[in-house]
Amino acid sequence: MAITALGFNLLLGYTGLLSFGHSAFFGVGAYAVAFMVKYFEWSSMELFLLGAIVASVVVTALFGFLCVRYTRIFFSILTLALSQVLWSLAFKFFWVTGGTDGLRVPTPTLLGGIVSHGEDKITFLAHRYYYYVLAIFFACAALMWVIVNSPFGKALQAIRDNETRAEFVGVQIWRYRWTAFLVSGVFTGLAGALWVPLNGLTTPDVLYWPFSGEIVFMTVLGGFRTFAGPIVGAIVFNYLKTYAVGFTVYWQMLLGIVLVFLVLVLPTGIVGTAGQLLARLTRSSS
Amino acid sequence: MSLLETRRLTRHFGETRAVDGVDFAVRAGEVLALIGSNGAGKTSLVNLISGLIRPDSGQILFRDQDVTPHSVNQRIRAGIARSFQLVNLFDHLTCLDNVALAIFSREGKTKKLLALAGRDIAVWREAADVLGQFGLDSKARMLAGGISQGERKLLDVAVAYALRPRLLFLDEPTSGVSTREKAPIMDIITAIVRSRGITAVIIEHDMDIVFKYSDRIVVMHQGTILADGTPDEIRDNATVTTTLIGTTGDARA
Repeated sequence: MAITALGFNLLLGYTGLLSFGHSAFFGVGAYAVAFMVKYFEWSSMELFLLGAIVASVVVTALFGFLCVRYTRIFFSILTLALSQVLWSLAFKFFWVTGGTDGLRVPTPTLLGGIVSHGEDKITFLAHRYYYYVLAIFFACAALMWVIVNSPFGKALQAIRDNETRAEFVGVQIWRYRWTAFLVSGVFTGLAGALWVPLNGLTTPDVLYWPFSGEIVFMTVLGGFRTFAGPIVGAIVFNYLKTYAVGFTVYWQMLLGIVLVFLVLVLPTGIVGTAGQLLARLTRSSS
Repeated sequence: MSLLETRRLTRHFGETRAVDGVDFAVRAGEVLALIGSNGAGKTSLVNLISGLIRPDSGQILFRDQDVTPHSVNQRIRAGIARSFQLVNLFDHLTCLDNVALAIFSREGKTKKLLALAGRDIAVWREAADVLGQFGLDSKARMLAGGISQGERKLLDVAVAYALRPRLLFLDEPTSGVSTREKAPIMDIITAIVRSRGITAVIIEHDMDIVFKYSDRIVVMHQGTILADGTPDEIRDNATVTTTLIGTTGDARA
């Protein structure tokens, strides 16, 4: 989830594009893994990740090609519409995708079979697989940190701040937005591939628009103006959702209230607000 | 020798003939002032040459090459840069970042995804040097959105200058700043431009500035060129003073 939010925020926080269709790329990653299981009977997680990356590159390149010509609401609506197309494909082509039943993904082997789930599946997922995902998360976070601090990242921020001026310093807007879209989609696809063995099943739900909304929620919750914001947002969101579901059947309402509170009181998110408080404390103590 | 030439350049917006068959030439090394009342077509002409808008007809030649079909990016690579009438900066980036970005772009380094921008010492050193030349070194770490209007005008020009252009268009570099600040801003800009041998075209309304800092003046009126000459010639041109300035006394003011 944190990888998804990181990838999403490359577009929202750094390029100024709000995607409402990131569930599509998460779903592409998840379904890519499921297809590898179904058609090739592979079980290696590394192959799954590789396949998910290839599939995400293809899909995001195509979606990006269509979407990045537009900005603001037009971009958001177009991403939403395209993700819904994928959702309806997964829903209707049940002989390929399993329809609403989804596709089963058994627990994979890690590191080329060196680490497998000989013993208890739950223990394997909670320990070895957990640390495997954690390692990949750190690698992704490091990679994303380099990207946002690269000259390319600076160019994205310039596009976000002032598109016309960015063009007049020689930044080719369309090409940079497309690349950002691609990177963002691939990160999200990778996250989908990592998530699916945990769930054991992929259904069209991961392609459906409410999940895109959850990705936006996570990022806004943590704060989209900061690098760590989406990571914190994803963690807090998942705890919040788990507790809200356990606490009341009206958990969506509880999350809705949190969202309203967030927009009104903490528009810079958890990390943004924490940063401001810290700055105020340092100023008053000095 | 002409660095830039337009031939019968035309752009109409509906009934408005913003630029109407203009033959405009800029000689290498000069500081040229482009003047005219509001709506005369000055900014439209600069927008056409810099590539922001496309002409209906006519040609733009830069260093004897037809650049009319070229994109903004191609024109920048050829050596045409511009600043903006309404300051156009990256407000959430620092002043240093604003200039550094222009340098990264000029060097083709903005394509790099897997290199840390902060590690490129040469770029940051040059960016700091450019800010120094424009007297903005003390503002380097401040956000571009948080400095004064006069400083923003200078930074706008500094960003364009960092692209190392041959021809620099400055669209009203002193608009929106106090009268007191105008001369210092123009002193800085013209000193830099002249010392680097950059050809500059300045759109300006303040006639004191125009007469003091330019080598040649081109007057536009209703989408066409009304007059072209040295500051003295323009000052003594009766057509210009009546159509544009009102009275000769104003022109000398």
